[in-house]
Amino acid sequence: MTDGTTARRADADDEAIRAHLFSGPQPDVARAAGHIDPPPRMGFFTDTSVCIGCKACEVACKEWNAIPEDGLELTGMSYDNTQGLGSDTWRHVAFIEQRKPLGGQEPGTGHEHVDVFAAARGLGASPASATTPAPGAAPPGAPAGEVSPLTPDGRTELRWLMSSDVCKHCTHAACLDVCPTGSLFRTEFGTVVVQQDVCNGCGYCVPACPYGVIDQRPDDGRAWKCTLCYDRLGVGMEPACAKACPTDSIQFGELEELRERAAARVARLHAAGVPDARLYGEDPGDGVGGDGAFFLLLDEPEVYGLPPDPVVTTRDLPAMWRHAAAAAVSMAALAVAGFARRPR
Amino acid sequence: MNGAGTPPGEPTGRDALTGAHAGRRRRRRGRGERAMVPEAEFSSYYGRPVLHRPTWKAVDIAGYLFLGGLAGASSLLAAGGEATGRPALARTAKLGAAGAITLSLAALVHDLGRPARFVNMLRVFKPTSPMNLGSWLLAGYAPLTLVAAATEVAGRYRPAGVAATASAAVLAPAVATYTAVLICDTAVPSWHEGHREMPFVFAGSAATAGAGLALACVPVAQTGPARRTALLGAALELGAFAVMRRRMGLAAEPLGTGRAGRLLRAAELLTAGGAALAAGAGGRGRGAAAVAGTALLAGSAALRFGIFHAGVASAEDPRYTVIPQRLRLEARTGPAGG
Repeated sequence: MTDGTTARRADADDEAIRAHLFSGPQPDVARAAGHIDPPPRMGFFTDTSVCIGCKACEVACKEWNAIPEDGLELTGMSYDNTQGLGSDTWRHVAFIEQRKPLGGQEPGTGHEHVDVFAAARGLGASPASATTPAPGAAPPGAPAGEVSPLTPDGRTELRWLMSSDVCKHCTHAACLDVCPTGSLFRTEFGTVVVQQDVCNGCGYCVPACPYGVIDQRPDDGRAWKCTLCYDRLGVGMEPACAKACPTDSIQFGELEELRERAAARVARLHAAGVPDARLYGEDPGDGVGGDGAFFLLLDEPEVYGLPPDPVVTTRDLPAMWRHAAAAAVSMAALAVAGFARRPR
Repeated sequence: MNGAGTPPGEPTGRDALTGAHAGRRRRRRGRGERAMVPEAEFSSYYGRPVLHRPTWKAVDIAGYLFLGGLAGASSLLAAGGEATGRPALARTAKLGAAGAITLSLAALVHDLGRPARFVNMLRVFKPTSPMNLGSWLLAGYAPLTLVAAATEVAGRYRPAGVAATASAAVLAPAVATYTAVLICDTAVPSWHEGHREMPFVFAGSAATAGAGLALACVPVAQTGPARRTALLGAALELGAFAVMRRRMGLAAEPLGTGRAGRLLRAAELLTAGGAALAAGAGGRGRGAAAVAGTALLAGSAALRFGIFHAGVASAEDPRYTVIPQRLRLEARTGPAGG
């Protein structure tokens, strides 16, 4: 490959980056934000089909980030007393009871041919593969025949969906766009972080977020949300929630690789007879340009409290400024018309 | 009631289910509501909102929307009054603009979670943030109105006062209309969906407020422009508001219900009535002009508070987030499976 080709490709990349600064697919979000030669974009793939609702992620997040306690309430609505993401909850495990056959969510991970003792012996030898299976290394998908029949005797009609929600670290992040102080910024990893020494608590990011993630701490006044453990990323560690997740429902890694892994996982679930499995937030063509933290869900997003088709509000900002300019001109014209006659 | 035969989410006696179609449903009631979108069933997570409600305080931010408009329109009337030899109009409008924008700044700083850091608003210049641009705008505009008012009161440094009045009038329409972009540039359905018309609603509402102040405080002989501004402003506000409601779809519903609905009905009555009174009898007696002016001021304030509360209500109910997005998605990709 010649230098010329490389240069032309870089130019094409630059063009793509500039063409989608506010909405649409953005190939390199860190470079678009001005980082020179950034590391790969990092993110989460939360595979809710293997979430067991243990809330270790919530606890690990609170512990690592020293997030204050925010009320101990029993909601009575489900096993979810955390209720939702907020200034003091950066991971939230949703817990949904549904009248659907349990067999429908059989994740298709047959473990009978896995020797756990052999795996345990290998723990010390290869630390990387012990917690995070490589994309191709997982055991082959369970054929449809292995999945439990849909209406077996003795099974209830109830299924539980559990899903660990988190800041989506949007490609086009409304919170970041509207922040008037520059407190919210794009890190070199492509994540979105609040600089707490800059935030003046204007609260604009709160209604701007299409997912209802970021919020203001009432006593403190500033806005807080998941940082994707920026401090841990900086020294090459994975975020606390992913580290703590016992089932690898929360997978951390390079976004490109996570997307491949997720596509393979959905295909496996479909093959295993779980047609409801779908990815949420992985599409770079969606209203926020794709999420840095995306999900595998087993029902419609709104069932989990997620918006079905979120759009970054700043996509419409140029139109808003145009309309405001026209309105300002109208107002000036109106005042001139008011004075147009002779003084009485 | 066996699993395979029961459609998902079919009500079967348990109330904790949150499957498809388990969301809250609301009956439409009250007058002034039109069926803009057919009733749709939707799912939600135990009826909890998808969005966070704005943390802004109504008195501070809705108050600022009103006062910013009042200041902007007053600056225009001040410049016009000065240019056409209406000293009483110019004086009232200059003092009104300076007072309103000073109160605005106080409200904005008071609303901050960290008021001592208000100056951080000016540490960057960021066109993607309407609040940042607004801060720069106010940083330029507020001192001009203060200079205009101070020279008016002092009766000295007249050239500086004239220059400040004229410069403030140049920035004034932007001050009055950018606030529409400020609230529309959010995910709040009843604000964002009105983003095309909201600047015109705010421009009209600002004009009626500024004219209202002049009508209430200025001798009748000099209020001719204010009366015409009131009439034109009311027409712009009410016209743009009607168009906005029609185009917003489901997100228009919160504008007609609850506290927001009451405020907005009051706003329409006060604005229309005030403008009619100003045009009809405002030129004859001081009393009628004062009543008309007060009604216009109250109408403008009610509009801003009504729109503020409608936005908050739309953020607090998942229906306004989920249903339009679901319809949009299905229009694009066909009905959802499952």
